[in-house]
Amino acid sequence: MRAVLTVIGQDKTGIIYNVSKILSESNANIEDISQTIMQGIFTMIMLVDVSDINCDFSELTEAMDNLGKSIGMSIRIQHEDIFNAMHSI
Amino acid sequence: MAVYKDIIETVRMIERENLDIRTITMGISLMDCIDSDGKRARKKIYDKITRAAEHLVAQGERIETELGIPIVNKRISVTPISLIAGATAETDYVPFAKTLDDAAKAVGVNFIGGFSALVPKGFTRGDLNLINSIPEALAKTERVCSSVNVGSTKAGINMDAVSMMGEIIKRCAYLTRDQDGIGATKLVVFCNAVDDNPFMAGAYHGIGQPDTVLHVGVSGPGVVKVAIEKHRDASLDQLAEIIKKTAFKITRAGHLVGTTVAERLHVPFGILDLSLAPTPAIGDSVARILEEMGVEHCGGPGTTAALAMLNDAVKKGGIMASSSVGGLSGAFIPVSEDEGMIEAARAGHISLEKLEAMTCVCSVGLDMIAIPGDTPATTLSAMIADEAAIGMINAKTTAVRLIPVYGKTIGEEAEFGGLFGTAPIMAVNSSDASAFIARGGRIPAPVHSFKN
Repeated sequence: MRAVLTVIGQDKTGIIYNVSKILSESNANIEDISQTIMQGIFTMIMLVDVSDINCDFSELTEAMDNLGKSIGMSIRIQHEDIFNAMHSI
Repeated sequence: MAVYKDIIETVRMIERENLDIRTITMGISLMDCIDSDGKRARKKIYDKITRAAEHLVAQGERIETELGIPIVNKRISVTPISLIAGATAETDYVPFAKTLDDAAKAVGVNFIGGFSALVPKGFTRGDLNLINSIPEALAKTERVCSSVNVGSTKAGINMDAVSMMGEIIKRCAYLTRDQDGIGATKLVVFCNAVDDNPFMAGAYHGIGQPDTVLHVGVSGPGVVKVAIEKHRDASLDQLAEIIKKTAFKITRAGHLVGTTVAERLHVPFGILDLSLAPTPAIGDSVARILEEMGVEHCGGPGTTAALAMLNDAVKKGGIMASSSVGGLSGAFIPVSEDEGMIEAARAGHISLEKLEAMTCVCSVGLDMIAIPGDTPATTLSAMIADEAAIGMINAKTTAVRLIPVYGKTIGEEAEFGGLFGTAPIMAVNSSDASAFIARGGRIPAPVHSFKN
């Protein structure tokens, strides 16, 4: 199962480090990363393979949510199906 | 894989524009719970619901986390209880409502619909017992919702039922008068009720449905409003196109959630009801979409035309996105549950008569409207008859959910709390309808019902 991780907010140092640390500890594999500044807002999108994670998916979403709150950014991890369903025919 | 801007668009819809799945509703047939002994029937009902829906809430929450989209409500609809309880010798069906309430609490759903009777052409003994039990059932339970279908395009309108329902609504409000008549918020009077509707208070599980089934109700007025905000210079046909595209995306999200939950629960997927269902939250209002389209105040001239276009464009986008679109599908216009409607009602921009006109072009009807507590029951019945006539002639579902608020009158407000919101008491035409309602009988089915 693949998931899409999005980070949106004011740019600051250590975002990728902190996010990938949690992913690595959960045994989630990063397949692709892209980032850009849109209208002054930092946005990063990661494609992550979560097939072999060593915890429940809800624990991973909670860890990302907590990290997001602590650095004042929105960090979400969602199954890729939701994006494919909404944007392709 | 979706492209960059699509991913950000979805995240923005969920985080900032209130995109959510309004409800996943499990339909459960109770036909196999029929028993001549009421006590045994209630035990079978409780056991069947708690067994069938045991994992509904947990699976719903799980999928909510995986897909990252909120599923606001998890609910249950059951076979109309008049059909089940009618087999017993009992006349008071309140114990059946309590059983439904207990089962709902046991599995953790916030509403259970189906304390219902379908009487377009006449009553069975079970129907009459059920209708007479509604006020006490809704006053003594917390999560049970009730509906009565009084008419259809095929059968005409049962005016004896219409007459009864005016009294029943008043009694529901009276028994819960210390909470501004909240009992009446859980009762819907329908014409052309649909048996696969996932939305409360009008959900029930029709007899043509499978044993258990999972329906999903999608919403998203905020998403539609933001989409059209970006196109202030667009013509109405261009706006229709934008609304269609937005509805498509919302529907696809709902279809994915519905089919995934159904698969995990090993039940068939039923329908997807694509209704723009507002909440009292800012940014989740249908009225504000109409105002964004260019009508200064919801309820002002142009409102009906704007709503007609919105309702139609939503359906078109949804139908393209899923072959399972059903239920009511369109736009809801409940007054107390829509922040823009509440404001329009407070400022006097919207009247009951305009709301009635609006119901001709959108789904459902006079919904969540607080009226003075001293409104005569016959006036309520006549309002039900008017709304049912619109449904019958136009071959669409119409519903009435009116709340006569005891001890309050025009200028005051009813406070229901939560999703039910706040309702300014609206003025009702004082013309006397008692002679019309006293006639009783039936309004025959319209000529265009003879299609065979």
